[in-house]
Amino acid sequence: MSVLSFFTWCESTWLGDAIRDSRWLFPAIESVHLLGLAVIGGAVLVMNLRLLGLGIRRQPVAQLWRDTRPWLVGSLAVMLISGMLLFTSEATKLYYHGAFWVKMISLLLAMLYTFTVMRKVALADPGRVGPVWGRAAALISILLWSTVGVCGRWIGFS
Amino acid sequence: MSLLEFCQWLGTTQGSVALHESIWAYPIIESVHVLTLCLFLGLTVMLDLRLLGVTMVRTPASEVFQRLLPWTIVGFAVMVATGALLFFAIPVKTYLNIFFRIKVAFLLLAGVNVAVFQRTISRSMQRWDTDPVPPFRARLAAALSLVLWAGIVVAGRMIAYNWFEKNS
Repeated sequence: MSVLSFFTWCESTWLGDAIRDSRWLFPAIESVHLLGLAVIGGAVLVMNLRLLGLGIRRQPVAQLWRDTRPWLVGSLAVMLISGMLLFTSEATKLYYHGAFWVKMISLLLAMLYTFTVMRKVALADPGRVGPVWGRAAALISILLWSTVGVCGRWIGFS
Repeated sequence: MSLLEFCQWLGTTQGSVALHESIWAYPIIESVHVLTLCLFLGLTVMLDLRLLGVTMVRTPASEVFQRLLPWTIVGFAVMVATGALLFFAIPVKTYLNIFFRIKVAFLLLAGVNVAVFQRTISRSMQRWDTDPVPPFRARLAAALSLVLWAGIVVAGRMIAYNWFEKNS
């Protein structure tokens, strides 16, 4: 089965049909997706501002990582579920949309990066990760997540 | 001059027409408006969640506010500037849109909520600064803020849909 035929199949399921045919379902799911965006943005920024030295400064990085992680994971779950629902309603259109593919690749990279590199940087002994490396790690994180967001917005312009 | 007449006049100005008909400016301003949500509302949500006692409970409330509030103010300024431009591009339709009116009403309520918080329970923050769960009045302000901002986001998204458009 090719990717395109899988996408076409997703769109033809009763779920895709229901979201496409309803006047209010798509905007309602989109609204949930936006609310998730705010929370994930907040959780990511608290951590990254800490690493950049531009946010909370007196608390250990590891403590802020543990405090914000449930909100990061929770909002990510909301984003993934609402995103998949939006996807099923217009999968074929997305197949031909460059921004969709850039978004999916950067999303994959952002998730991998957050739960490997960022996790390691956050939980490392304070003396072991220099401030320069912490800043670099934060900038890469902001860059990756911003790409996901910008491409997500760009999908709407077709 | 009524508000509607003002909006009608605004829509005839050169800048409004140019912005409305622009290929790039309008979508870019809209994108900046949406993505600044992460900075403004994201950090506002984190402040509210701290006031509710469900995140960063070991960080004093005052530290969270001192270090993150400036960012929310920067974010809010960008939100207002880009939001004003979006309104300026399509004044009459937006003014008549029910969701826009709901959004404005909720924004005013959110403003009142902040003003009340700052004049009351926030003044005694030193007393409950390190409490993992702040007092009821602080939690109430945070809960109201979350509900109002969620409403503002949803209403804002819905402005794009003219379901109940009145005849202009």
